[in-house]
Formats: sequence, structure tokens, C-alpha cells
Amino acid sequence: MLSLDRVSKSYRVGTFGGKELLAVKNVSFDIQPGEVVSLIGESGSGKTTVGKMVLKLLDITRGRITFDGADVSMVKGSAVKDYYRQVQGVFQDPFSSYNPIFKADRVFSMIKSEYFPSVPNSEWSDKVEASLRSVTLDPAGVLNKYPHQLSGGQLQRLLVARALLLDIKYLVADEIISMLDASTRIDVLNMLADLKGRGLGILFITHDLSLGNYISERTVILRKGVVVEMGATDKVFGTPTHPYTRALVASVPQLHKKWEDIEAELAPVDTGTCPFHEAYPLAGRSAVPAPDEPTLVKVEDDHYVGCFELDSEKVKLVA
Amino acid sequence: MSLQVTDLRVYYRTLAGDVKALDGATFSIADKEIMGLAGESGCGKSTLGNSLIRLDGRMRYIGGSVNLDGADMPIWDKDAMVDFRFREVSVVPQYAMSAMNPTRKIGKMIGELVESRGIKYAEIKPELERRIDLVGLGRDVLGQYPMELSGGMKQRMVMVISTLLDPSLLVADEITSALDVSTQRAVAETLVSFRDHGFVKSMMVITHDVSILYQIADSILIMYAGKLAEKASTATIINEPRHPYTQMLISTLPEVGVRYKEKKLTGIPGSPPSLLKPPTGCRFRARCPLAFAKCVEEPPFVTVDTDHQVACWKATGTDA
Repeated sequence: MLSLDRVSKSYRVGTFGGKELLAVKNVSFDIQPGEVVSLIGESGSGKTTVGKMVLKLLDITRGRITFDGADVSMVKGSAVKDYYRQVQGVFQDPFSSYNPIFKADRVFSMIKSEYFPSVPNSEWSDKVEASLRSVTLDPAGVLNKYPHQLSGGQLQRLLVARALLLDIKYLVADEIISMLDASTRIDVLNMLADLKGRGLGILFITHDLSLGNYISERTVILRKGVVVEMGATDKVFGTPTHPYTRALVASVPQLHKKWEDIEAELAPVDTGTCPFHEAYPLAGRSAVPAPDEPTLVKVEDDHYVGCFELDSEKVKLVA
Repeated sequence: MSLQVTDLRVYYRTLAGDVKALDGATFSIADKEIMGLAGESGCGKSTLGNSLIRLDGRMRYIGGSVNLDGADMPIWDKDAMVDFRFREVSVVPQYAMSAMNPTRKIGKMIGELVESRGIKYAEIKPELERRIDLVGLGRDVLGQYPMELSGGMKQRMVMVISTLLDPSLLVADEITSALDVSTQRAVAETLVSFRDHGFVKSMMVITHDVSILYQIADSILIMYAGKLAEKASTATIINEPRHPYTQMLISTLPEVGVRYKEKKLTGIPGSPPSLLKPPTGCRFRARCPLAFAKCVEEPPFVTVDTDHQVACWKATGTDA
């Protein structure tokens, strides 16, 4: 199990790093094997920062990320390699993930020289082909090609195949399909869902609610570094309770429902200005938590919401 | 009839030969119509939009005509187009983030822009301020530099500037794709309000996101590999598309409410053909589940119903 426990990250900004910007604040959730958790937020919500912390690309300011009970930030030296054998990431832009000078399948030989130097070449190429098939790619069509000869969807699947060559248990997928075309996008999504069936845990980071809803078991909604709502996907999308989640769901363009109709369904809860997010003078800037920061409250089984308005009657009706 | 495009062809010059990005487009946009233009990347949708504004050095005009409000636009002549650009036909570019001059305050930049068209800034300023209020920006943006605005604000500012002279046609190229969902909606609704206020007569909204078009467009034109595939009213394209490509494209879109567990969506197998040497006949043939012998001939873009044109032998009922 990959588990985040009150994880925070602050960046130093301004001249001489004099100011502190709190990008992620007290985020806690778990990913079980064979489960897709989608982390949804708008730009600047800190969703990529969370992914990078899981991948040890960023230090954690406060809190703990544990992987099967072991603290990830304590993993050092040769153990790092062992961690990456089990946890891997794939990122947004497939075109800049590759070195254009080398053939795309170089990513596989780099895995071999780094992790499996003793495996004979013939056995290795069988392994590569099996891995390519599991991401629904035809080995003959993609091996021995340069990145510019392959489509974005193929490149992105090659990166997942590369991760699968290691015995990964968890995959951090950061906006991996937002650069792809509608016709190939769904293939990559289905591939992720198939991998989930084989016991892989996936942290699916996206800004697109409909993609998160399609694939994930559990959903975490992040706003300005704070989790505002989380829980089972059908509950978060079925009865969105936090005003922010409701606003998000109402602005997703849908195919068979006009915006006006969705709005009528999700009658906006008039909460005025949120005392925590908008008016609190140090919100988002201070390392000191707001005095009365809303905490996540359980509204039903596997559905948590962090909002003061939960006490009011209006929201209770919805929940 | 506001815009009438007839058999327009624009190719890209490359060392390997001509890339036939737009290979014969015939369609029209009526007054007050917002037409959505959708398709995969590389299908020629941006080429079509750009060719109505300005042909850059790599683009080569091959043939066809563009008629706007009864006047032929000389789109092959960059200099003659100056009279049309901004006044008659205007564009909101994809990257509004970098569309404004970063070294000028926004008000000053607009002043230089309108004066290049022989209009005094002081005369247009009241209208400009009214429109800034309308899109929900403060009037003080005129005294600010573009870097002081957020992405959504810049996008709305560029929309105000582009439509300042009330052009007849506005081309909006992927203007919502770089934005967050809530900003996306605000920008899309601003487009509709511009049409309703009469700032622009008709609009061409280019995007790969069909669900945005369902929200705001009156009609949708689907392109595939440099050719027009289907054009019809929004409801018809979404609910009863005739072209197999449109049908497959619509069915690949995940919606809120559709879950992998309950309903597995499938993509379109294969990839679009290279436009350097496009296949003869129907260009969708290789990926089409309905393809048959007749498809080696090129299907014409014909009217099958009121305001509904399709380029497919099956859809037109021509079974061989």
C-alpha cells in the first residue's frame, strides 16, 4: 500500500527565497494495489507536486509517504533503485520525454543496463515484446523507430511498457493523456484500466473530470493544495458536496447535457465567500495553518468533505 | 450567406513535397451561426482557419475561393488581405498568453493597433471600456502589462481586442484547450455572448473537444485528413451522425457518468494517413469498419438531408 500521511510541500519564492509558498497542505490518502486513485485539480492546485513527491523527485516538507510501511523519504543510496523498481512515473508530454537523437526503444536498453545487466539478450527481447503486447502495441511497428516516427499515443504507451519491464507495483500517471487525440486517448485509458486488473496501483493525475470518473475507483479533489473532497468515485461524482466540486462538475462540458441543465440539477449552494480559502489573509502563504481550517468530515461511507458549510442545512440535504 | 468557401486547397511546402493539409473544402456559414470545426490533430482544421486570416510562408494557396458577405477575399495575397483582416475577418489565436505585446501596456497596444487602421483611440475607447466591463474585467487592465493578467483574463482581453471593429467573421482557434474547466466555460460563454451582442456576425470555433462544441455551436463540421467528412447541426452530429468517422469519434468520448466498469469505450484503430502522399479514394478507408469496394473512389461531399452534408458512400446510400 502506498500511503500519504498529512503531506505538505512548501516552495521558497521571491528574492533570496524570502517567502514561503505552500503548494500542498496536509494531503492524506492511500492507494491500494489494483486500484486507480484519480487526483483532480485545476492548474496550480498542487496535483503534480504530489505526484513528484511520491516519485521522490521532490523532498517532502512535512508529513510522510510510506510504501508498504517504509518511509519513502528515508530511502537512500542503493535502496532508491529498489524503490524505482516498484514505483514509476509517466508524464504529460510524450514528445519531450524522449531524446530525439536516439531511437525510442533506447528507453528499454537503458532499463536493461541499469537493472538487469545479467539477463541474456534473447531473453530480454522476449520480455520487451511481452511488455509491448501488454500495452497493446505491435512490437514490429514500434521497435527500431525514432520518436518522430511514432504517434503520441504510441510513445506514451512505450513509456508505460518501459515501466512494466520493472516489477512495478505503483504507477504515477501525470496527465498522460491530455496531449493525445480523442481517438487514441481512450485506448491509453483502457490500457491503464487493464493494468489495474492485474494488480497495479495507479495514481492518475488529471484536470479532466470525465477521464478521472471513467477509470478510477477513488477520487481526490484538490484545490489550492488542500483536499476539499475525497472518496469513492461514484459518491464524489454522484453527490458532489463541496461547493468547489459542485462548481467543477457543473463546468465540465458534456455531450448530451447543456450547461444550463446541469446547473439546474446542481443548484449552486450559495456559501458566500469561503472563510478559509478566500478571506483568511494568510491562506496559501503561511506555513502556520489557518486557525479554523476546515477538516475533512465523513458525510457517508467512503466520502469525505472539507467545508464549514457542512454544518449548515443546505449541504446536509445534498449529502 | 455570410461566408462561402468553395473548393479551397492549401498545401504546405516541404523538402519532401507538398503536404496536402487542406484538400478541397466547400462549405458555408450563415449569419449568426457559430460553426464548430473539429477533428484529430493534423486533420487540417487549423490550416483552414489560418488560411482565412493569413497564409504564412510555408503555406501555398492552390485553388478555390472564399467569399465573405458577397466580396471575394484575396486570401492568396498577404497585402491585399490587410483591408479585410481585423475589420472583416478576425482571429483569436490559440496562445492568447503570448498574443499581446509584452513591452506595452494593454491600452497603448490597442491604441497603436486601431490607429494602424486609421481609427482614433479616443473615439473607440468608450466602446472598448464597455466591452471590457461586459467580459468581467476591470477597466484598469488598460493600464496594465499582459504579464499582470492570468491566462483566462488574457484570453478574454484578446477576444475583446479581436472583435473591437465588429468583424463579420471570427475564427477562434483552440481557445479553450489550455484553460481549466471553470475558465473554459467562462470563455466559451463569452464567445456566445459576443455573437448575441452582435459584435461578430458569425464564428468558426476550431477545437478538438467536441463536448465544448455541443455546448456553444449551432453546427459542427468534422474534418478528416485534409477533407471535410460531415457537416450538420450540432444535435444531428452528436445524436445521429452519418459518417462512420464521426460516429466513432463521438463514441470515444468519455463523459461524466460513463465508467470503465460499466461501459468500456473503444478508440479508433489505426492512425490518420500521411498527407504527403494521401491515399486515393476515401481517406478514412483504412480505418473504417464499413469500407467496401466503392471506397477506392473518392466520395463527394453531398447533401443528404436539410443542412446535412456527408462525404461517405455508405451514408449516401450508394451501395455498389
